[in-house]
Amino acid sequence: MAKPITYYLRKDKMPHIWCEGCGHGIVLGAVLRAIDSLELDKNNVCVVSGIGCASRAPGYLDFDTLHTTHGRALAFATGIKMMKPKLNVIVLAGDGDLAAIGGNHLIHAARRNINLTTVCFNNSIYGMTSGQYSPMTPTGKMATTAPYGHIEEPFDLCDLVFAAGASFVGRGATYHARPLSRLIAKAISTDGFAFVEAISQCPTYFGRRNKMRNALAMLDWQKEHAVTTKAASKLSPEELADKFVIGELGTRTRPEYTKRYEDIIAAAAKETDDNV
Amino acid sequence: MHSKTDTRLMQGNEACAEGAIAAGMRFFAGYPITPSTEIAEELAALLPKVGGKFLQMEDEIASISAVIGASLTGAKSMTATSGPGFSLKQESIGFAAIAEIPCVIVNVMRAGPSTGVPTAPSQADVMQARWGTHGDHPVVVLCPTSVAETYTLIVEAFNISERWRIPVIFLMDEVIAHMREKVTIPDSSQLRIVDRARPTCKPEDYLPFDADAGDGVVPPMADFGTGYRYHLTGLTHDKTGFPTGKRPEVDTLIRRLYSKMDKAKQEVTFVDEVLIEDADVAVFAYGITARAGAKAVRDARAEGISAGLVRTKTLWPFPDEHVERIASTVRAIVVPEMNMGQLVHEVERASKGKTKVVSLTRVDAEPISPDEILSALKEV
Ligand SMILES: Cc1ncc(C[n+]2csc(CCOP(=O)(O)OP(=O)(O)O)c2C)c(N)n1
Repeated sequence: MAKPITYYLRKDKMPHIWCEGCGHGIVLGAVLRAIDSLELDKNNVCVVSGIGCASRAPGYLDFDTLHTTHGRALAFATGIKMMKPKLNVIVLAGDGDLAAIGGNHLIHAARRNINLTTVCFNNSIYGMTSGQYSPMTPTGKMATTAPYGHIEEPFDLCDLVFAAGASFVGRGATYHARPLSRLIAKAISTDGFAFVEAISQCPTYFGRRNKMRNALAMLDWQKEHAVTTKAASKLSPEELADKFVIGELGTRTRPEYTKRYEDIIAAAAKETDDNV
Repeated sequence: MHSKTDTRLMQGNEACAEGAIAAGMRFFAGYPITPSTEIAEELAALLPKVGGKFLQMEDEIASISAVIGASLTGAKSMTATSGPGFSLKQESIGFAAIAEIPCVIVNVMRAGPSTGVPTAPSQADVMQARWGTHGDHPVVVLCPTSVAETYTLIVEAFNISERWRIPVIFLMDEVIAHMREKVTIPDSSQLRIVDRARPTCKPEDYLPFDADAGDGVVPPMADFGTGYRYHLTGLTHDKTGFPTGKRPEVDTLIRRLYSKMDKAKQEVTFVDEVLIEDADVAVFAYGITARAGAKAVRDARAEGISAGLVRTKTLWPFPDEHVERIASTVRAIVVPEMNMGQLVHEVERASKGKTKVVSLTRVDAEPISPDEILSALKEV
């Protein structure tokens, strides 16, 4: 049975820090609806973040919440999950946090296939520090540190994380909030590393500098450029060039890390017994 | 683990690993680096036998971060590294200090800076251990002088970390780490084991950073996943654990955290004085250098010089009171260190001009010999 979203919020911590039009609240709403749809016990959910606008999300949530250092949320979360595997550990962080400074932790958490759910709030920019380019800033866009236009290519984060070994990857967007929520629910239900890239909008530091004056313009852009996996399968690479694909992008079944570690404990116990 | 005392030939790193398990450590995350690697290798084998968990992470930053995460669930947790890795861990050590998360960080010192001489001993991380992370913060730094002491002192490191909710740095030098010595492993019933204070109030009444709910300095700490549902951040926070930038609250937090150094001081200061009562000159030393110091003092006595030894196992908080008292009774204090002179400045400060303080340095990646210290004692 659906609970009101406020059931999961620390209402006394409002108002939040996000700017008018910011997409991060929509992503957070999608996360909470996913948790609600799975009827998770609040005492069994732990939310971990790094540093950035997105990473302030856990502070508003009525779970055990941990706001760590820039880029390291997945490493902190790994320690928590190892010692309390029964907890649903969810990592919420920005694209800079996860793909730049935390990129190494991201690929290694995926490679280990540890049962953590990661939601990347991808606003294509460093919001917290006021608009520098991130590894997800598209080529040609403007940022305070790309005043002549950006010359780097962004990652395809879902491809990257799936190639690294994740059990589940998918992409959603704030314009498509309900499918995003369903995607996150699947990610949480996955027994292994699960990654969801949520395309979010930052009108303040990305939109305004890139000819999208407000959140509405940015959501319109999402609407026009998002293609579902089904539709994408019928399009040529050229037709897909300036589009982004939303939906489930990869699933596989692989042994989960904390369960595998139980095998080590069993093997070590056997060795101890044999020596007695 | 041990039902009765057993005597074995052990390596320092091995003693560190086994002592940590005896202290109750059940989570280790690390990244290989000479001369600390044997600690990780030992624990990879030993931890699963006691139901604990070992992880080799992708780097040292991930290791300390995972350690802090594991500690939050209530598990005593540790990482081990050496110079380059210790530098990488600093940011998260600061996080442990401000969020008050118990953890032990072993740094087996090797000659630096940078990659330096990876296999050679040094004591040049003494200041980094105290001040490596940015901002005013509390941290206790311990340094064993033998393999046997490594076993018992690492237990104290966990006790202090749990009791005061602070990161404890366990500084070994390469000689102690790789040396093999006889160790009589204490029966587990002989070890004093301290666990962090946990809240007894109802979850809805829990204020995670209200020190008054504890002893006025250290707030009780709830394990994640036990229904207390609280927030932790590296931002300056108020009693509720949520960020605050209000000046008086910032001031209160930093002063309370920092006060742990003073409040804990008596309990965490381990200093041995050898032949100090009638000493005319003293050696002040730590780590393997204190062993050379002990020999130098015996040799000096044999030659008719009334020498004594102050051997400290606690580097930070610095044992000011011991040094000041001794400074008022001896003519000179010789401070041998395998660095360019780091702790000697503390000895000078604590001596308050009451005695002559002489620095004896060695940075050619070799330990200081007893003869070098003896010569210094003869010269002063
Ligand atoms: C070690 C470190 N380096 C740099 C910073 C400064 N910093 C804070 S947030 C941030 C980037 C945030 O961008 P992103 O992760 O994309 O999240 P957003 O704010 O856009 O949600 C940076 C560089 C920091 N806090 N710590």
